[in-house]
Amino acid sequence: MPETQPSAPQSLYAAREPIFPRRVSGQFRNLKWAIMAITLGIYYITPWIRWDRGPSLPDQAVLLDLAERRFFFFWIEIWPHEFYFVAGLLVMAGLGLFLFTSALGRVWCGYACPQTVWTDLFILVERWIEGDRNARLRLHRQKWDLRKARLRLTKWITWLLIAVATGGAWVFYFTDAPTLLVDLFTLNAHPIAYTTIAVLTGTTFFFGGFAREQICIYACPWPRIQAAMMDEDTLTVGYRAWRGEPRKHSEEVAAGAPMGDCIDCMACVNVCPMGIDIRDGQQLECITCALCIDACDDVMEKIGKPRGLIDYMAFTDEERERAGQPPKPIWKHIFRPRTILYTALWSLVGVGLVFALFIRSDIDLTVAPVRNPTYVTLSDGEIRNIYEVRLRNMKHEATRFKFSVKGDPVLFITLEGTPYASVEVPADEMVLQRVYVTAPKDSGPAQADRTDIRIWVEDTGSGTRAYKDTVFNGRGQ
Amino acid sequence: MAKKPQQKTKEVETTGHSWDGIEEYNNPLPRWWVWVFYATIVWGIWYVIAYPAWPLVNQATAGYKGWSTRANVAAEIEAAREANADINARLVSAELEAIPADPELNAYAVSAGGAVFRTWCAQCHGSGAAGVKAGGYPNLLDNDWLWGGTLEEIHTTITHGIRNETDPDARWSQMPAFGEMLEPAEIDQVVNYVMSLSGTPQDAQAAAAGEQIYLDNCAVCHGDAGEGDIYQGAPNLADAIWLYGGDYDTIRETVTNSRFGIMPPMGGADLSEAEIRAVTVYVHQLGGGE
Repeated sequence: MPETQPSAPQSLYAAREPIFPRRVSGQFRNLKWAIMAITLGIYYITPWIRWDRGPSLPDQAVLLDLAERRFFFFWIEIWPHEFYFVAGLLVMAGLGLFLFTSALGRVWCGYACPQTVWTDLFILVERWIEGDRNARLRLHRQKWDLRKARLRLTKWITWLLIAVATGGAWVFYFTDAPTLLVDLFTLNAHPIAYTTIAVLTGTTFFFGGFAREQICIYACPWPRIQAAMMDEDTLTVGYRAWRGEPRKHSEEVAAGAPMGDCIDCMACVNVCPMGIDIRDGQQLECITCALCIDACDDVMEKIGKPRGLIDYMAFTDEERERAGQPPKPIWKHIFRPRTILYTALWSLVGVGLVFALFIRSDIDLTVAPVRNPTYVTLSDGEIRNIYEVRLRNMKHEATRFKFSVKGDPVLFITLEGTPYASVEVPADEMVLQRVYVTAPKDSGPAQADRTDIRIWVEDTGSGTRAYKDTVFNGRGQ
Repeated sequence: MAKKPQQKTKEVETTGHSWDGIEEYNNPLPRWWVWVFYATIVWGIWYVIAYPAWPLVNQATAGYKGWSTRANVAAEIEAAREANADINARLVSAELEAIPADPELNAYAVSAGGAVFRTWCAQCHGSGAAGVKAGGYPNLLDNDWLWGGTLEEIHTTITHGIRNETDPDARWSQMPAFGEMLEPAEIDQVVNYVMSLSGTPQDAQAAAAGEQIYLDNCAVCHGDAGEGDIYQGAPNLADAIWLYGGDYDTIRETVTNSRFGIMPPMGGADLSEAEIRAVTVYVHQLGGGE
């Protein structure tokens, strides 16, 4: 039974409250500028770095060649069958996020997430064109006139240009950048290139310009996952309520209680790109961009109070500080068994990948025994097994590979379509070769059930060898 | 989140409902989300009109775009046919013996021929082309050929088939049923002799007696030494390969009642010349091609 009735019908839907973050300066703002410059720089410049790989190969340093199914990364070349490298990198990315989240909370969201970086850039543009928080608030509230239309149009066009450049840079990762740039302007590029640019332009323009914090709060699953990965030692942005409260405009102060350090200047709220009040405690919306720390430190310095009313701290700090103990040093928050374990796992995968990269061969060989039928009787009573061998030549020149078989001296190897025991594989290509291993009539392997054998392939030029173990099926008598 | 909620400056709005002291926060949805919801409704209506949607008695409403997976498949098959038109023309015009030397044409023929084989040939010869001894379907992986194992010979066999009434050019031969001509004892002797050609007879004495019967009745087709004759489709009796089986009972059955294996012609209505040539190249490269 409801004990109380709703006092008035309430709306189930809330319109977005516009946010006008104020300009702020300080160490974290500077760090964010630097990270923005570096990440955007990497994103825009990378496709234009050249890397000479010789003739008939692309000279783009980083290239995801989907048509040829090849990934070029400077001196490294990843083939489709080496996709485990990508899987390994994804495992590292996952472990890296575990590590950073358990140590520093939502540091990815606050500094490096593309949504944050581009929103930051769009807010910067907004501020250049329309002015700082108060000017933007006035502009937002005033009626449409020529000036407002001009400012809005300028802003939107600038955003659109950034958005086009964002989508435009993406496609350069997938094909030769200089060629594509010319093709794009002469309208000769593939429709997929234009579609990709259009979609990324649209999403960048809309997400960075208008959706902003809505993406983080409603669309992104990461905040929910991260909340589950933080613990009481995780460093997040927090408010020292025990130092700041009661704040200036509170009922307690009005009633004559001594005032805390918080002068209720709202600087922390005004600079927040998520539109929240950090003094309400850690909350879902907070991306830990730390701009409120800069804003508050600035005020604290001006009023002659110690910095750090809003600060990076962990949950355990609160109890210690309330009890008057000195705070735990930052490094003790960061170096914990959990973070050390993540670091160790992360390094382990990384070392494993580097190791795999160094030991990988130029020959990729798979041997699939034909099991339908398991053996063939030839007219003179010899027993033959068929193997489908896929041989990939990852050298950039045609190479002749010689086959041999080990396991029993009576066995001999022949190849379909050629009287020789060798086959030429064109540069960067794979051939499927039917290979026959034959045992003479009534020999051991012919009569045995199974014989373990090893098929060797040797590059006749360089002498590089590779092998695969398989079995030879006899009559089983 | 590990942090305790600190003292709020504002009370969180509740819906006002309270059940046994449990209250419900009012955290309204963002309005744009509702717009997205309306947009999906509009999209849903359009989708129902545009695509097959309402199930009726026999089939669903067609939708104004006329989309159907069946039509898509037909279009894809047609596109593949068009895409392969050039190389199929090359396959038909090339010298049969020259195809394996042309890497591109050979790769295409082996790939296309494998598909043809699995559709048209695998029912009798098996998907691995190993044949079925009990049914007398030859193994195509070995180097023993009834009617010849060159590309030309395989091509003729596939085009016209063997011992069928449909194609006047079919390969034709018939072994007499010797049960009507020879005494059972003579059959026993000749069976033992045939076994001795490639291995050990059941009865060496009978085998020796069977030699003359063999030379009189069998050698005309199978050859004096049992080497067979690909021009008559007479199997080699001296090798290790048996079409129906090499044990005494099976050979005796063959000699007594004869065999009459049939292969339908693949030329004409069933397969195009390009497909026949592709499957010819495919069979030729399975291991026994000559």
